Amino acid sequence: MAITLSGDQALPGPPLSSRLSPAQVWGIVLLAPYLLVFLAFVVYPVCYGLWLARAPANYVALYNDPIFARAAVNTLIFLVIGINIKMLIALFLSGFFAVQRPWIKWLSVIFILPWAVPSIPTILSVRFMLNPEWGVINHLIFSFTGDDGPNWLNDPTVALSMAIAVHIWKSLPFWTLILITGRLAISHDLFEAAEVDGASWWQKFRYITWPSMQTLYVTCTLLSMIWTLGDFNSVYLLTGGGPADLTHVLSTLGIRYLRLDQLSLAMASIVCAMPFVLPLVYFMMKRLSR
Amino acid sequence: MKLPSLREVATEARLLLIGIPVFLWTMIPIYHMFLFAISPKEDAFSGKLWPDHPTLHNFEIVFKQQHYFLRDFYVQFWNSVVIAASVGVLTLFIATAAAFSISRLKVPGGRVVLNLALFTYFIPAAFLAVPMYRTMGNYGLLNNHWSLILAMVTIASPYAIWVLKQASDKLPVELDEAAVMDGATTLQIFRLVYLPLMMPSLVAIGTYAVLLAWNEYLYAFLLLSNDREITLPVALGNFLAADDSPWELLMTTGFIYALPPAAVYYAFRRYMVGGLTAGAVKS
Repeated sequence: MAITLSGDQALPGPPLSSRLSPAQVWGIVLLAPYLLVFLAFVVYPVCYGLWLARAPANYVALYNDPIFARAAVNTLIFLVIGINIKMLIALFLSGFFAVQRPWIKWLSVIFILPWAVPSIPTILSVRFMLNPEWGVINHLIFSFTGDDGPNWLNDPTVALSMAIAVHIWKSLPFWTLILITGRLAISHDLFEAAEVDGASWWQKFRYITWPSMQTLYVTCTLLSMIWTLGDFNSVYLLTGGGPADLTHVLSTLGIRYLRLDQLSLAMASIVCAMPFVLPLVYFMMKRLSR
Repeated sequence: MKLPSLREVATEARLLLIGIPVFLWTMIPIYHMFLFAISPKEDAFSGKLWPDHPTLHNFEIVFKQQHYFLRDFYVQFWNSVVIAASVGVLTLFIATAAAFSISRLKVPGGRVVLNLALFTYFIPAAFLAVPMYRTMGNYGLLNNHWSLILAMVTIASPYAIWVLKQASDKLPVELDEAAVMDGATTLQIFRLVYLPLMMPSLVAIGTYAVLLAWNEYLYAFLLLSNDREITLPVALGNFLAADDSPWELLMTTGFIYALPPAAVYYAFRRYMVGGLTAGAVKS
């Protein structure tokens, strides 16, 4: 309980408290624990990390490291293609799950499972399914065609696609759930009126659903992009960055440098991502802190 | 009895055409894990869709710690429990205090702190992991449970504060005013008025923090390395170190590890869905 103790020590001295009402003194005391955590585990590490990454030589080294360039491209593919596919599926499925049927209600309970269970065992489960010798997929391919299946994770393109698929598998339920709440907030009268007017499903989507959901949809897409930058598990546990370090993304690359004891390179690679991250974060904060 | 019209049948068929692939897509990795857990090694590795001789033997090996990789199973399970519980308690304490201070007491600078917290929430956790690792080394906390607990509290608090702040803004100000009239001190308002009214959100946030800590892999494997200090997910990752990993035992342990969070999630789903989605994305 080190935090509570040091939180109490942050009590302001008498001259200050005489100017503040008791409620405000309590306000400062109650805010102190978080401020201490923030200073010790966000501000200090970030400043220290930036200080480590200050030498320009780090950026030259990164620029000359082909793995970094590859990781940057992979990250872009992951974000631009992977997230948009995921959000489109989520948008589609939110319409499906909004249909009132008992079995769809049950399916929605099952559908949330990938989000509810930890990612390590399930990603490793997928990894073994893709095992070229013993995995169930290649066993099935062999029993149907008599041919040996491909060595899935040995091809960088396939391996990265699989990592994206794993990411989608894991986080699709969450975003679908969010979009369902958005969809259910639309007044039902609008749809009934459109029904009477004989609107097709596309017209209903185009003129009723989409206009009321587009802000939510864009917010979700951006938020998902920011978070996916930090998706370490999907890549690391499925491919480990391999084959030949060709499937790294920025988050796994940072950890790779860290494990090779190149901390300043690790920090430099993260600093390089900041010009893309910070505008997104700024945009999100403007949206959410209204 | 009215027979369903052709149109109704077509609608139902189209729904099934979506529903069945969704079901398969969701269940296959989980079923595959379960399949391994109840299969002897030969069956698991021969790609069968149902083992010839389903068995609970794998569970017996795990629970009796009868394998090199499972020597410290109970210790590691316990580590996961302790760390998840500590993160839950500490996050709730820190976030509730901060949300009360910002939202109800209107502490000067509260808005700035909230924005800083929100900023932290958006910084990808994997990016913070690198400097965090080094910082924990500087603090001398590496290989100590406190390093993981404090790191996870740091990651869980911003969202917790934000959701709790949104929820407390909805409580009427008159409540506090009435309590002050009756001569209640700030702490009494916090304890007797605020906490009871916030209970549903607190349950949701507590669950969120516990699950976040229980599921965390990256920070756990960076900050803890000693076999008797690590949590279960790190132990699962360590299975991969060997060339001939006992995958059936890995999947069994993984299955056991995945059960508690799934149970917690479904038990608190009512709170989770209401409390979290409302705060998660506000358009």
